[in-house]
Amino acid sequence: MSFKKPINHHPKLETNKLGLTRRDYEGAVSTLCAGCGHDSISAAIIESCFKLNIEAYKVAKLSGIGCSSKAPAYFLEQSHGFNSVHGRMPSVATGANCANRDLMYLGVSGDGDSASIGLGQFVHAIRRQVDMVYFVENNGTYGLTKGQFSATNDLESKNKYGEDNLFKPIDLATMAIQLGATYVARSFSGDRDQLIPLIMGAMQHKGFALLDIISPCVTFNNHDSSTKSYDYIRDHNEAVGKTDFVPLGEEISTSYKEGSSTEISLHDGSKLALEKTDANFDPRDAGKALNFIREKEKEGKVLTGLLYINDLAKDLNETLNVTQTPLSQLQQDVLCPGSEILDEINQSLS
Amino acid sequence: MHEVKSIESIQSTNDFVIKFANVNGSGSASANQMFAKAMFRMGIPVSPKNIFPSNIQGLPTWFEVRVNEKGYLGSRGGVDIAVAMNPQSYSKDVDEILPGGYLLYDSTWKRNFNRKDITVIEIPLTQLCVEAFKNPKQRPLFKNIAYVGALSVLLDIEYEVLENIISEQFIKKPALIEPNLKALNLGRNYVLENLPYPLGITVSRADKLEDKILISGNEAAGLGAVYGGATFCSWYPITPSTSLAEGYEKYAKKFRIENNTGKNLFASVQAEDELAAIGMAIGANWNGARGFTATSGPGISLMSEFLGLAYFAEIPLVLFNVQRGGPSTGMPTRTQQSDVLACAYASHGDTKHVVLFPSDPKECFDFSAQAFDLADQLQTPIFVVSDLDMGMNDWVCDKFKWDDEYKYNRGKVLNKDDLDEIENFGRYLDVDNDGICYRTYPGTHPEKGAFFTRGTSHDEYARYTEDGEVNAATLSRLMKKFRTASELVPEPVIEINGKDSCGVIFYGSTSPAVHEAKDILKEKEINIDLMQIRSFPFNLDVWEFIANHDRIYVVEQNRDSQMRTLIMAEGGISPEILRPLVHFTGDPIQASYIVNKISEREVNYKSHINAKKR
Repeated sequence: MSFKKPINHHPKLETNKLGLTRRDYEGAVSTLCAGCGHDSISAAIIESCFKLNIEAYKVAKLSGIGCSSKAPAYFLEQSHGFNSVHGRMPSVATGANCANRDLMYLGVSGDGDSASIGLGQFVHAIRRQVDMVYFVENNGTYGLTKGQFSATNDLESKNKYGEDNLFKPIDLATMAIQLGATYVARSFSGDRDQLIPLIMGAMQHKGFALLDIISPCVTFNNHDSSTKSYDYIRDHNEAVGKTDFVPLGEEISTSYKEGSSTEISLHDGSKLALEKTDANFDPRDAGKALNFIREKEKEGKVLTGLLYINDLAKDLNETLNVTQTPLSQLQQDVLCPGSEILDEINQSLS
Repeated sequence: MHEVKSIESIQSTNDFVIKFANVNGSGSASANQMFAKAMFRMGIPVSPKNIFPSNIQGLPTWFEVRVNEKGYLGSRGGVDIAVAMNPQSYSKDVDEILPGGYLLYDSTWKRNFNRKDITVIEIPLTQLCVEAFKNPKQRPLFKNIAYVGALSVLLDIEYEVLENIISEQFIKKPALIEPNLKALNLGRNYVLENLPYPLGITVSRADKLEDKILISGNEAAGLGAVYGGATFCSWYPITPSTSLAEGYEKYAKKFRIENNTGKNLFASVQAEDELAAIGMAIGANWNGARGFTATSGPGISLMSEFLGLAYFAEIPLVLFNVQRGGPSTGMPTRTQQSDVLACAYASHGDTKHVVLFPSDPKECFDFSAQAFDLADQLQTPIFVVSDLDMGMNDWVCDKFKWDDEYKYNRGKVLNKDDLDEIENFGRYLDVDNDGICYRTYPGTHPEKGAFFTRGTSHDEYARYTEDGEVNAATLSRLMKKFRTASELVPEPVIEINGKDSCGVIFYGSTSPAVHEAKDILKEKEINIDLMQIRSFPFNLDVWEFIANHDRIYVVEQNRDSQMRTLIMAEGGISPEILRPLVHFTGDPIQASYIVNKISEREVNYKSHINAKKR
């Protein structure tokens, strides 16, 4: 069932440049479990859209199947949503993106959806450089079917019933870097301050942006022997640094220690300011980023933050040399070659 | 040439079957097509059929051309002239020659063939080409052109016609015109100087093809998609549908380039698999573009889950299925009509789909263009189901026509102004009581018209529901829409030929064989009434035809008589009325096969009726 929220606003709610409140970016009431990490991610998406003054109707929300894939119903009520089939959101998003390059595409998926049934589509959406923000709400478990291991769960991490996971995990973030995703970040649903600038950066990035967000499942994977629980991630989280999103035209106000900060311009002119914890880390160097992730992994740490960015790549529509006008808006006069040309074709076939 | 007095050589003009036996990958296809095109240019109806292995290089491949002035262009059976260029298949190729027929082979390596009843024509093609061409890579290619040259003298083909075809073929590589003409004349001169000519079989200008063209169904369907306004194509390579997507791209690259910018007014994506191919097409249609995918049987199986989504969430989609031999991987390079039920009822749960059955490349073009209107009007997947025979072979068909007054029908789509007028938008509200609801494209209106597309059960406002009554109402409305569809899809083509005739139902590529069978049966005083089914759901004309006949043969190229099953299931028709007439070897059905099956059973029927009367 979906329940609508009441539409009455408190008159003094803060508004953005469009005159909209945060409430205007909300969706239906969530039916996920109380405390689900996914709801925090939805809240962060709402906050990011509010801050970026996004017109919700120019956003398309797409998802597959699973708890994560229900989430698009819980934010951006004014956006069209598409809850597709299990693991196949990337292909739907690819076609939608080709049909109308003017909209912003938010793909919401989970670890079952992206790392198992949909791994092939995940890989190929990256390879094609579909211009979208791809959220993996990663909890290491199949929640809707009651707690089976997913392919991102760590080796020997236990499930709720005390059984060991027998297989090594797939790390979607390192995989995405290897495949050429041009914006790859990892975060934690419990770290709102880190998450929001990363989402804002991803939304302003042109190309495929992956946000691998560890999002604990309070019902099936939040116990003491889980490596995807709130406690475990809080204890083992190591950020590459602090990322600030600086909107177009605004100066970077924070002052960083010399040598430890990086400033990255995004496609639309806004900037990401990154204060690094390690001077050797450079998110613009894929090889270094991968090494850094692996080093931290050996130390038993989960590296979070903006892991990799390349703001120069071509997206799918550019690669295919598609017109700037959305294909969905082209009219018959430019689409149909007409009878005279058909006569010529007939001639060539006789 | 061996003169064998004891045989009577076949004598005919503009009526024969010639079969070229080649090695796959030896470049024979273009020479063989040149031969077929020459027949066409002389105005003689012709049907070339490529019989090829699922292989790139090395295995035997055949190219069978039926030439028939009366216009009977189905597969005939039997070979009048064999052009045997593949020693690997000599014995099979020679066996197929009808008594009195002709065998042309490369006598660079002489052979004795164990047939006294045929005329053997010996031309040392390899030797001639080795002597005439320096480049060893070109020699085998020119050998093919040389045998076309030899045939032009043996069969009396107009030289100018061949010359023109070569000039047109190499218009962009003019350096190749001269050596090709040289090869053509190599074959010609050898016959002129060394052999008696012409044969008993000859061709003669007939001018029967004034309003006709020669094209494959796949290329026609690809062109139809361009005319129908498709801007998005996603596909995964699979025989025999690949050339459909390639046909679309070929014409889109010509006619869909933006003035000033040179950018594409279309996008075509080769997907990673069939699941992605259909997913992309669904995404594009959901977002307001006309998108399609093309596949064959195995692809239909893979696309089934998404088809259920498009059906239930009511997203337009055009899907071409160029059928091949099944089940499983089956016979990828042979023809069948064995996906009828798989398409009509594709996907789990209660689903029914609109299916169009073109019977020649003209209908491939027409139905392809029309399918995009139907998809938008009905907000559901539209299948266009052809097969390998018509998809990959060039068929003679009527010229394509386009009415410039015709306007695309984008169906019930609300724009911003419409939404401003509406108080309460519900994506699945059946406002017009025809089962078809109003949709909106993403990005239309700042405050109104957004909805959540889902494959889960939903109410009239696209909200998730687990209320069984609500879901049942949705399923019932979809049936109402399906009934509406039966009024929009192409009606059958019916031909009534006499009182008390039996009926024959057919569809797709069996059309030429059925029409030829009709004429042969008429000579045997068996009249048949014809109904070419062109779409599912069946419309009233279909039921009326069935009601007016007490016995109907359903001709189709599958084992299980799938169209018959569909008719029985949908119309509650008695199995006794509908009689299966099936052929499923993977080769196109022949008129003689239909004639034998019908005349045998009609004779039985008549004696049964007479016995009753007594």
